[in-house]
Amino acid sequence: MNNQRERTKMVPVPSHSIIPERDANFLPILEVSHLGINFNGLKAVDDFNLTVGRTEIAGLIGPNGAGKTTVFNLLTNVYQPTNGSIMLDGYNTAGKTTEQVNRMGIARTFQNIRLFSNMSVLDNVKVGLHNSIKTSLGASLLRLPSYYRNEKIANERALELLSIFKMENAAYDKAGSLPYGAQRRLEIVRALATNPGIILLDEPAAGMNPSETAELMENIRMIRDTFHIAVMLIEHDMNLVMGICEGICVLNYGRVIAKGTPDEIVSNPVVIEAYLGKKD
Amino acid sequence: MKFLQKMSKDMKDRLITFGILFGAFLIVEILILTGGASRHLQAMLIPICINMLLAVSLNLTVGFLGELTLGHAGFMSVGAYAGCLFSIYCKDLLPVFIRYPLAMLIGGAVAAVFGILIGIPVLRLKGDYLAIVTLAFGEIIRSVIINLDFLGGAAGLKGTPQDATFISSFAVVVISVLLILNFLNSKSGRAIKSIRDNRIASESCGVQITYYKMLAFVFSAFFAGIAGVIYGHNLNILTADTFDYNKSIEILLIVVLGGMGSIRGSVIAAVIITALPEALRGLDKYRMVIYAVLLIAIMIFNSSEFGKRIREKYDPKKLFAKKNAVKKENADE
Repeated sequence: MNNQRERTKMVPVPSHSIIPERDANFLPILEVSHLGINFNGLKAVDDFNLTVGRTEIAGLIGPNGAGKTTVFNLLTNVYQPTNGSIMLDGYNTAGKTTEQVNRMGIARTFQNIRLFSNMSVLDNVKVGLHNSIKTSLGASLLRLPSYYRNEKIANERALELLSIFKMENAAYDKAGSLPYGAQRRLEIVRALATNPGIILLDEPAAGMNPSETAELMENIRMIRDTFHIAVMLIEHDMNLVMGICEGICVLNYGRVIAKGTPDEIVSNPVVIEAYLGKKD
Repeated sequence: MKFLQKMSKDMKDRLITFGILFGAFLIVEILILTGGASRHLQAMLIPICINMLLAVSLNLTVGFLGELTLGHAGFMSVGAYAGCLFSIYCKDLLPVFIRYPLAMLIGGAVAAVFGILIGIPVLRLKGDYLAIVTLAFGEIIRSVIINLDFLGGAAGLKGTPQDATFISSFAVVVISVLLILNFLNSKSGRAIKSIRDNRIASESCGVQITYYKMLAFVFSAFFAGIAGVIYGHNLNILTADTFDYNKSIEILLIVVLGGMGSIRGSVIAAVIITALPEALRGLDKYRMVIYAVLLIAIMIFNSSEFGKRIREKYDPKKLFAKKNAVKKENADE
């Protein structure tokens, strides 16, 4: 079924990447050039170049230990890059903290789920809404009318976001008590709540069964269409990657070994070699 | 009864907390008025309020921010000395009802300033290191005060007007608990709890970690300062020796006993910890042994499966739930 799906027409951009044709006339949301990080001499990521279109669903794949999550950590400034630059929506993110980069428009989820597990599901989403709630400290201490007004808006917004994944009924449950799949979905909702321009998903389908994965694919597409944002995902589930990603970047030993559309990637001998080894 | 169903969880929690507070207050007041309260009991009322304030404020850093600090008595002493000095100098200038609240605000503010000064370097540290530095802070403050003559030195500060009354102290506790609950249920409170639960995720949600850590720390110091002012206005002589690390540990003990991250727990535990040694005074020699054994027993009970089951069974929130359930059944019929 996936293969019959209409493929997005991709066009090349100067940084040896391809982006969807519909995004070609706009400033790319993410433009990474010559990004690299050096851990005491170990080049975990080296000369990474990538351009992501404004509404593109991009995939980042590669064997274990290829440096995929390191790329995400570099993009969100958890690690400061040793060289190279990241342009987010036209602004350089060099020297910014993780929380500043988030306010500039990058949200992410984590490979090992990082929820606020002692807080309610609703509160988790409201932490995501943190910077869009404009209540002053004094107003919340004294419970002025603006506090109630803003909390009500935040509650409604949080429930609306939860309803994307049909989680509004679990809103008052403890986040830590949710089943595994729901925790992954909650992370996505929380990331969306920060109002990003691009959302980075680190293995969103890990631990999900095939039907959950299929539903997740639909949801990722739906998120892109309703919020008009870019999605970049790391995933080992090839059905998901080949099914929804428009452009794919393959990483091995910290270097990009291939870029292209899903069809190009599956038939690329270098990629097959990286995953399965060389034929004798 | 319909309004009970409509209430949010937050409101129910508040109702229970303040219900307990005011209930206890009423009982004590009735006892005092009817002459049923011994002088021992009456002397314990203000220390209980002070410990409530200290425990609730320490809970902010330990229970909600998730950072272990061992220097809470240091902030208390700073507040106490600042407030008492103010009261001594303004003894004849201002009437009590202006002077005393003002002294509290000044004590709290000075403690908060110290909170900022200590917080800047300290909040870069984590876990054990933070505990060590705050422990050192408490001890340093004590030594400095003993060596400052204008603070009375080792002999203590004399001449503070005895402004502290049970009713005023109780009012301060109620206002402080209300402010802290408001704080915790706002955007700032959520940010602080999110830092405790997962710092990295919190950062990637755009929460300004340093600012909110500082805010919780300074808030905590402010209320500790106010507790210090009440303490200073309850005694004839204020000596720095009372603010040693034993005091800090005692406050921490209240917080741990009451449950980290539970304001109601801190309030109840403050009563137990303050009253227990006094209640056991009659047993003289074995007092401290019994005290220790009781504490261990309560701690074990609190964390055991049995304790959890008992608490679930008698959870005050159930009261609301049950009424709702009954209502539903009636409606079905």
